[in-house]
Amino acid sequence: MPAFEYAPAPESTAIVDVAPSYGLFIDGAWAEPAEGGTLKTVNPGTEEVLSEVSVAGPADVDRAVAAARRAQRTVWGPMPGRERAKYLYRIARILQERSRELAVLESLDNGKPIRESRDVDLPLVAAHFFYYAGWADKLPYAGFGPDPRPLGVAGQVIPWNFPLLMLAWKIAPALACGNTVVLKPAETTPLTALFFADVCVQAELPPGVVNILTGAGETGRLVVAHEDVDKVAFTGSTEVGKEIARTVAGTRKRLTLELGGKAANIVYDDAALDQAVEGVVNGIFFNQGHVCCAGSRLLVQESVAEEFLDRLKRRMGTLRVGDPLDKNTDVGAVNSAAQLGRIQELAAAGEAEGAHRWSPPCELPDRGFWFPPTIFTEVAQSHRIAREEIFGPVLSVLTFRTPDEAVTKANNTPYGLSAGVWTEKASRMLWTAQRLRAGVIWSNTFNKFDPASPFGGFKESGFGREGGRHGLEAYLDVAH
Amino acid sequence: MSHTETTGTAGTGGAAGTASRLAVRKTYKLFIGGAFPRSESGRTYVVNSAKGAFLANAALASRKDVRDAVGAARKAFGGWSGRTAYNRGQILYRVAEMLEGRRAQFVEELTALGAPRAKATAEVDAAIDRWVWYAGWADKLDQVVGSANPVAGPYLNLTSHQPTGVVGVLAPPDAPLLGLVSVVAPVIVTGNTAVVVAAEDAPLPAITLAEVLATSDLPGGVVNLLTGRAAELAPWLASHMDVNAIDLTGVPDDLAATCEEAAADNLKRVLRPSPTTWTADPGLTRLLHFTELKTVWHPTAP
Repeated sequence: MPAFEYAPAPESTAIVDVAPSYGLFIDGAWAEPAEGGTLKTVNPGTEEVLSEVSVAGPADVDRAVAAARRAQRTVWGPMPGRERAKYLYRIARILQERSRELAVLESLDNGKPIRESRDVDLPLVAAHFFYYAGWADKLPYAGFGPDPRPLGVAGQVIPWNFPLLMLAWKIAPALACGNTVVLKPAETTPLTALFFADVCVQAELPPGVVNILTGAGETGRLVVAHEDVDKVAFTGSTEVGKEIARTVAGTRKRLTLELGGKAANIVYDDAALDQAVEGVVNGIFFNQGHVCCAGSRLLVQESVAEEFLDRLKRRMGTLRVGDPLDKNTDVGAVNSAAQLGRIQELAAAGEAEGAHRWSPPCELPDRGFWFPPTIFTEVAQSHRIAREEIFGPVLSVLTFRTPDEAVTKANNTPYGLSAGVWTEKASRMLWTAQRLRAGVIWSNTFNKFDPASPFGGFKESGFGREGGRHGLEAYLDVAH
Repeated sequence: MSHTETTGTAGTGGAAGTASRLAVRKTYKLFIGGAFPRSESGRTYVVNSAKGAFLANAALASRKDVRDAVGAARKAFGGWSGRTAYNRGQILYRVAEMLEGRRAQFVEELTALGAPRAKATAEVDAAIDRWVWYAGWADKLDQVVGSANPVAGPYLNLTSHQPTGVVGVLAPPDAPLLGLVSVVAPVIVTGNTAVVVAAEDAPLPAITLAEVLATSDLPGGVVNLLTGRAAELAPWLASHMDVNAIDLTGVPDDLAATCEEAAADNLKRVLRPSPTTWTADPGLTRLLHFTELKTVWHPTAP
């Protein structure tokens, strides 16, 4: 199937004004880091430096936590829920007003296609604040007792794959419940969090309620380990999640972790195959596969495997890889050189272990970090590409004969974040969904998110839920 | 229960036709996979009454017994979690019926440990009632705390509670029966399977509870019960990679942090020890702590 020719349709960057450098956002104001130190953040599509951001050290973390503590104790905690709600509604509205600006900025800093930052990330960001704003004055009805109390100061560390969306998932419920936050965005995608600080200023949020500290892993460790932090929330790799769980062990701190995944996407022989192809493509190539819940293992029933793979390959041939800001782009840039290296290393291991690698013909830009949409067939469950999270646009294809075998293979992983089921038979869908050991099951759809829908994993994909009524629990001092 | 009544007649049991007879003592063993094996280590420890009289040699479980118990619990998980909630509720209620039948025996055992008879009776009654309370939750928890979520799109979106998997439980040292029941019932009623380390100083009522479980239609392996030293067994349970969650209630204070740290190796859900009044309304904390939320999406379309 020949791909349509498209004229380039780049989104203008004129809407975003990125400063050459940024300080830390502490106690409602911008501050230089006590010890200095900066990081450059680059556009992964071009490798051009976008800005320099500060690296927060121990003294900065101390100041931010102290500011958050003071704000929690004196202002935000005692404030009636209906007033907190109105601040959050304000923030939601400002995010809607500035959504194009923030979408462009997100694509610049992260490398994701503007189509996704504009149509998925930003609408969900605003929706998340809007949803939790409404909880702030209804907490006694949330099922956590007549007068649920906040935990205090939350230390939150977020990843680079959905920078502003993960910020929203962390900050909105924390604030709704009366906590204050110290948030550290990812090293390679700090910019939208820094712009969010400006959103807080525009909303006249009281100083210290939200503090944004940029930096790398060490800054994150300082936030997590700070003794005056009451609650730690982390989204990121399982490896770092385990390190955090060890740090928090033996303390009074509460912890929620949203970690890696290796989701199975099960296609039964009676599935609507073209719909399933779309779902499988969305499952693994959405956001370049930088998705913890990505459908990175395709389990297709043997009797339709050949036909399904033909259709899948044909569809992959129409994916447009390139400039994240082009409105036609389906697959953007890999977020960093380091992540590209990890994807390349695992893909090489796939070939070395005997799997068969295939990508559609596609021209990649000369500069920036790029990896073509790729599938591996002839994959065994023992292969690294079937076991380890690749976090890139790489799909491992396995087959099965019976529903029992599909479920067994799907569950054969230490992870348990998500899974997909494709069948036209409702009873088979429900049977499968019942048996899959994962926190989110998408049947005849994939990668759908909503602020009202709890998200989070089984097993080594972490614990606690974000989203929905259940997501409040992570930020309340709950005795059921 | 006859341990405390045998001393006066020891040595006279051979005389046929006399009123007194030598009691047949029970060997207290472990409970693993529905069977009652001795510890693979061959070790035992002496259990005495509050007055210092010999009661029994209890099995002193080892690391390998932990391993075997976890294996049995894992094997039982699929079947038990696959039962209907109604069926699990029925079986747990059956356990309460069997407990009621052994009421007198439990009172004797608790009395032997030093509890005044009235207090022992009250504890046994509370334990039976606690078990009945949890049995009823099997088919109600999800109705109370599950949800249908109004997402912004044409989808049906449902959240339900699922069992976490294999749960390690360190039973509390206080309230030997009520405490034990209060930590075991909430774990299994939602479909988890359990490896339980009984309170070190009160292994006998725990093994008697295992005998109740063995005769209550509860599938073998759903509850596995070890007697021995919490300080020795807890670290193995906490670091076992096929255990999904751990209740550290009965862990010695100085070991709690170490166990929680070891539990991080496979991200076990950890219930930290906290002071608990076992006679108080337990709430939903334990039920919810060992469940996972599963959210299922499906499109709606004509």
